[in-house]
Amino acid sequence: MSDARPGGFLIIFGTFLVGLLLSQLPLPDTFEWGRPEWVPMILIYWVLALPHRVGLGMAWIFGLALDLLKGSPLGLNALALTLIAFLTLLIHQRLRMFPLWKQALMVMVLVGINQLTFHWMQSIAGNARDSFMFMLPSLVSALLWPWVFVLLRSIRRTFRVT
Amino acid sequence: MLFVVLVLLALLLITADLNWPRMRDARAYLSLVITPLQWLADVPGRVADDLSDLLVDRSTLLKENEQLKSEQLLLERKAQQIAALTAENIRLRELLQGKARVEDEVMLAELIGVNPDPFLHQVILNRGTEDGAFVGQAVLDAGGVTGQVIATTHYTSRVMLITDARHAIPVEVNRNGFRAIALGKGTYEEIELEHVPDTADVREGDLLITSGLGGRFPRGYPVAVVTGVLRDPGKPFSMVTAKPTARLDKSRQLLLVKTPPQADTTLMAVDGETGAGNE
Repeated sequence: MSDARPGGFLIIFGTFLVGLLLSQLPLPDTFEWGRPEWVPMILIYWVLALPHRVGLGMAWIFGLALDLLKGSPLGLNALALTLIAFLTLLIHQRLRMFPLWKQALMVMVLVGINQLTFHWMQSIAGNARDSFMFMLPSLVSALLWPWVFVLLRSIRRTFRVT
Repeated sequence: MLFVVLVLLALLLITADLNWPRMRDARAYLSLVITPLQWLADVPGRVADDLSDLLVDRSTLLKENEQLKSEQLLLERKAQQIAALTAENIRLRELLQGKARVEDEVMLAELIGVNPDPFLHQVILNRGTEDGAFVGQAVLDAGGVTGQVIATTHYTSRVMLITDARHAIPVEVNRNGFRAIALGKGTYEEIELEHVPDTADVREGDLLITSGLGGRFPRGYPVAVVTGVLRDPGKPFSMVTAKPTARLDKSRQLLLVKTPPQADTTLMAVDGETGAGNE
């Protein structure tokens, strides 16, 4: 992140902010369980596109922000996001070669890991979870992935973030 | 390497947050950065509300006006009696040499966010420690008790609703004063009374009000209406379910009860730091 141009950083930061905002936006009750996990998706995209700039540190910071927003114990989302950033870093070269639908499958797995870590740690913290519906967002996120990917890519290209 | 450090750091933070009460302050300060985001997330809803206010037509407004007027008339009639009843109540209490009941002061608050986690019934209000909100404060709406404040920052506070699976509230049956504890179940429509013996006089349609025991909720506010009593001889207690009278998932305007309950300050000791005078 040392040789980053400030403009590009603002763009990345901005997309994360929008992600945080979207994760807070009220949804109708019917979609309550299927809220897409915006921040993990945006994180996966940036790690995929610019692994030299967006990595574990960024994941940790925005995880903390997410914790503050959600009111979960501090560090819980930070842990989950760091974990999926790490996994994405490991496989980013392969992931780039995949067609979009295959990528979406991987996103489902990664967001699923995020959900599992988050809810598992929540139940350790005493907030019992009594249904597996919390895995639904990973499916929804996977379905949305192609659009998120194309959108973020066009943002990256228009503003020439490298 | 960095990964290990960050994971350890996160785990350390989680343990600290769960076990160390002082983290609450740290959290309040960190949340200052996040507060604008919470406000921003509320903007679309607010704008939509304003727009629908703008676009409403004359006839609906007139109709609403009429309805409100008749409602007001009914309420005023009730209020007339209340003045007399209050006076009588004070006189009787004086006769019994009891302490006069103080009227609770309230502070208006507006809902600015709902916790996106469907397992938790929490909402965020636009009042924080700067406005005098404190942890443990009771929250009401027009229908009855909504919940209690569980965390405060400088400009916002987080409220746990009475339907949250981790929430319990001491109640009594308005008709006969039978006391029980109402537990949240994780659905907005229902709460459940715990440990109600089969012989207890609880019927469908009974109004449950706060009993004031436990010292957290002021006495006498409606909580729920009993919707079902199931007496199963095979079970040690009867199953009593009730529907909250507050419009938990709809109210936007809420009331924070200002006067901290006098009873039982020991229960509040943990929360004393937030600066609520409890004398």
